[in-house]
Amino acid sequence: MTGTATPHSAPGRWFPVIGLEIHVQLATATKMFCRCEARYGAPPNTLVCPVCTAQPGTLPVLNAEAVRLGVLAGLAIGCEIDTVLEFDRKNYYYPDLPKGYQISQYDRPLCHDGRFAFELPDGSRREITIQRAHLEEDSGKVIHPEGLDLSLVDLNRAGTPLLEIVSGPDLRSPAEASAYLQAMRQTLRYAGVSDCDMEKGSFRCDANLSLRPSEDAPFGTRTEVKNLNSFRFVEAALNAEIERQSAVLDAGGTVIQATLGFDPDSGLTTQLRTKEEVHDYRYFREPDLPAFAVTADWIEQLRGVLPESPVARHQRYVGVFALAPEHADALVADKALGDFLDATVDAGASPGSAARWILSEVLRLANAAKRPLDELAITPARVAEVVALVDAGQLSLQASRHLATAVEGQPEVAVRELAEALDLLQVSGADELTGVVREVLAVEADLVARYRGGKTELFHALLGAVMKASRGKANPGTVRELLERELA
Amino acid sequence: MLSASSIANRVRAGELDPVAVATEALSRLDAREPAVHAYLHVDREDVMQRAEALAQRVHRGDDPGRLAGVPVSLKDNIAVKGQTLTAGSRILEGYRAPYTSHVAERLQAEGALLLGRTNLDEFAMGASTENSAYGASRNPWDTSRVPGGSSGGSAAAVGAGIVPVALGSETGGSIRQPAALCGVTGFKPTYGHVSRYGLVAFGSSLDQIGPITAHAEDAALVYDVIAGADPRDSTCLRGERPSAARAKADVEGLRIAVPEDFVDDSVDAHVLMRVSEAMAVLEEAGAIVKVVERGRLAHAPLSIPVYYLVSSSEAAANLSRFDGMRYGPRHEGDTLLDTYRATRGELFGPEVRRRIMLGTFALSAGYHDAWYRKALQVRRLIQREFEALFEEFDLVAAPTSPFGAFSMGEKTDDPYAMYLCDLLTAPACLAGLPSVSVPCGLSKRGPYKGLPVGLQLIGAAGEDHRVLATARAFESERGEPERCELFGGSAA
Repeated sequence: MTGTATPHSAPGRWFPVIGLEIHVQLATATKMFCRCEARYGAPPNTLVCPVCTAQPGTLPVLNAEAVRLGVLAGLAIGCEIDTVLEFDRKNYYYPDLPKGYQISQYDRPLCHDGRFAFELPDGSRREITIQRAHLEEDSGKVIHPEGLDLSLVDLNRAGTPLLEIVSGPDLRSPAEASAYLQAMRQTLRYAGVSDCDMEKGSFRCDANLSLRPSEDAPFGTRTEVKNLNSFRFVEAALNAEIERQSAVLDAGGTVIQATLGFDPDSGLTTQLRTKEEVHDYRYFREPDLPAFAVTADWIEQLRGVLPESPVARHQRYVGVFALAPEHADALVADKALGDFLDATVDAGASPGSAARWILSEVLRLANAAKRPLDELAITPARVAEVVALVDAGQLSLQASRHLATAVEGQPEVAVRELAEALDLLQVSGADELTGVVREVLAVEADLVARYRGGKTELFHALLGAVMKASRGKANPGTVRELLERELA
Repeated sequence: MLSASSIANRVRAGELDPVAVATEALSRLDAREPAVHAYLHVDREDVMQRAEALAQRVHRGDDPGRLAGVPVSLKDNIAVKGQTLTAGSRILEGYRAPYTSHVAERLQAEGALLLGRTNLDEFAMGASTENSAYGASRNPWDTSRVPGGSSGGSAAAVGAGIVPVALGSETGGSIRQPAALCGVTGFKPTYGHVSRYGLVAFGSSLDQIGPITAHAEDAALVYDVIAGADPRDSTCLRGERPSAARAKADVEGLRIAVPEDFVDDSVDAHVLMRVSEAMAVLEEAGAIVKVVERGRLAHAPLSIPVYYLVSSSEAAANLSRFDGMRYGPRHEGDTLLDTYRATRGELFGPEVRRRIMLGTFALSAGYHDAWYRKALQVRRLIQREFEALFEEFDLVAAPTSPFGAFSMGEKTDDPYAMYLCDLLTAPACLAGLPSVSVPCGLSKRGPYKGLPVGLQLIGAAGEDHRVLATARAFESERGEPERCELFGGSAA
């Protein structure tokens, strides 16, 4: 089924089975059950109200935008959407959980039975199942200030909407898990449901892992590795856990079902709790929220406005824009880059020229400025003007590079004005050039004579002379035509 | 004591000074509170300031509202910004609500004077107000007896004639039962008719706020004010509710069912006698009263176990937030778990701990299906049986409480005996139906001799106005209820 299962390096031969649980913060303006702002980085406990601090007597009111984004996400990752939306209470105590229960979804997840395809590093395609994706609220944060014998609670994050996406136990190696995670993040970003920023915690991952002696053996006992909050850690943690479980099995032991943490400093997984200590969450239907109807019409309407997926964009870039696959790869990998290209093409540029120019010049500007694309002064409309000049033969590629810097630096001056001011426009008017050509032919009478005497290869020398006389602004095609006519 | 509607009418007409109304209510409180302990807190300054502000509103010619100048006491589990909200528990000692409930907003908008926070069983769990962490309230008819519960403070305050109106909350009978035991009117609206925003949650799928009043017409007036849509409570129904105060108080042709299923041996014979007389009053006024044979509400007798499973399960979750982390006192332990244990173990009373354990058990893995899920199934059956009955009848009638006010301490050692107080009120709660308890005389003999009896009327969902109109009609047919003798017979 996989063809990509890679045996690990330990002495025995154990085959990993991996499933990932991803928590994605949905990009709503406000929290899921109150109207507090949902924003990262505010001073502690400034984005709170009686509801999200669980003052007695307060009640949750569902944020419809969270549902809309949840449905969009579900559609983007190939899930079925339930037409009845119900919430449950998941009961446990922790200081970052103000109500003592989390409003989540238990037996009726918003999204279920998905199939999600992605590309592995070797270019092969892989499709796995998405068991479910459900809505729930985020907790706050407990902070343990260094050197102080106390803990602090910040409830700014409490109540932020989350979508928990649970994959099937379909992944067969840490590399596959990592590729899946990357593809999932890209897909969700494309769908516009989350910024999926791991550093800010808006995209978090737990992994379930078990080993078995062959690819068709029953699954072994699994462990769960929590909080793999960077792409680097995911593969490292999974490899470490494969090593740990392999060592247990190689020694004839049995793996104990447990929840583990990963310590990036030691590179080891450490046990947090075992099955005996496993929580009984005592789920039951949230009585404060009635069942909401999610109509099939609305789902279809959202399917209609679902932004293009990265796979579809790649196909369009290669199929419709006729871009080289490696250009398409680069433009799709960074959604902002592809968005910039599409906007440039919408502004009238030819896709091929625009793609080349964006990948070289716009990227160069962004790197030099160390800023994201949408913070550059240069706009798709102005890039389209530059590209149009290049395509029309009025600007050489070389000259367009000089122009790029000017366009970025002087956003208030029109592109053509800048080009003229910098004297970068090519002279392609036949009348102007005819004079230059005749002058050059007169000066280079000797070469002309030898050319007419049969040394036709001297045409290039004459062409070069004309280009030089025009100080590089002449359009080589026009010069060629004029030379051929004058020499005929 | 004047009725709420008379006070409001006179204040609106400029004939009565709200400051005088407030002063008189406070002096009645001073005189009677020591005997009944109905109140946990009274902010006199606040009451007087608001009365003065109201007087100015009248003076300016602004309409002061439908409850202008009416002193209204609130059960201490209904939030009013800046006021106590103990829910009768040590775990909320010193807590002040940071926001105002929907019902208090509505009352204030209509000119009511919020006067005092009334006593209750801790977190509304109880039927005698003896589970209050701040001392039991007493029945104004006989202070050696309980006022009922959990809204015992509210019922005692109205029964003692301190205020004409108080708000209570009900999950299984906590408005109607104390109203019955204190000889006043208590109304529990259709689930979803009154916003729960600002009510300390007990059993979320059952909780409703409702009025306790000395006059049946005032229950309708107050219901009209507090009922209505509120986007802050997602279980609160949208749209308008028909006015109960303006609904025609006419029982001519009203079809009333008296189900045999409600009554078993535990119901006191003298209570039954008063209720039978009440039915005769209604029949005389033109109602068609019919005894419904056993079996039509076959699952109603299971209401007690179903109610305690459902409400305790929800309560176990609802009370999880009281962990000493964000508000309320905290009892520190060496570890986080110890802190939780100390705080919750020492600050919750025994009945609350019992219900948390019961609810936690009923929801636990391996027991969930046998207990919680089964309880929900039976609840649904009870709802369906009521629905079927209401295809033939307009109202269901029964006693409110199987017995009258019992002695303090009589049931405190036997939780199950205490739970049986809800026997006749829990069915309407489980089915989400509107139900009123109106006084229907005093028990003439037996252990509750001379104590009030309540007639319970239950309507179909959304028929709150009809239930309240019938209560008004009953009171006008029968005459004003007996008032307690304790305060010279002029208590209410």
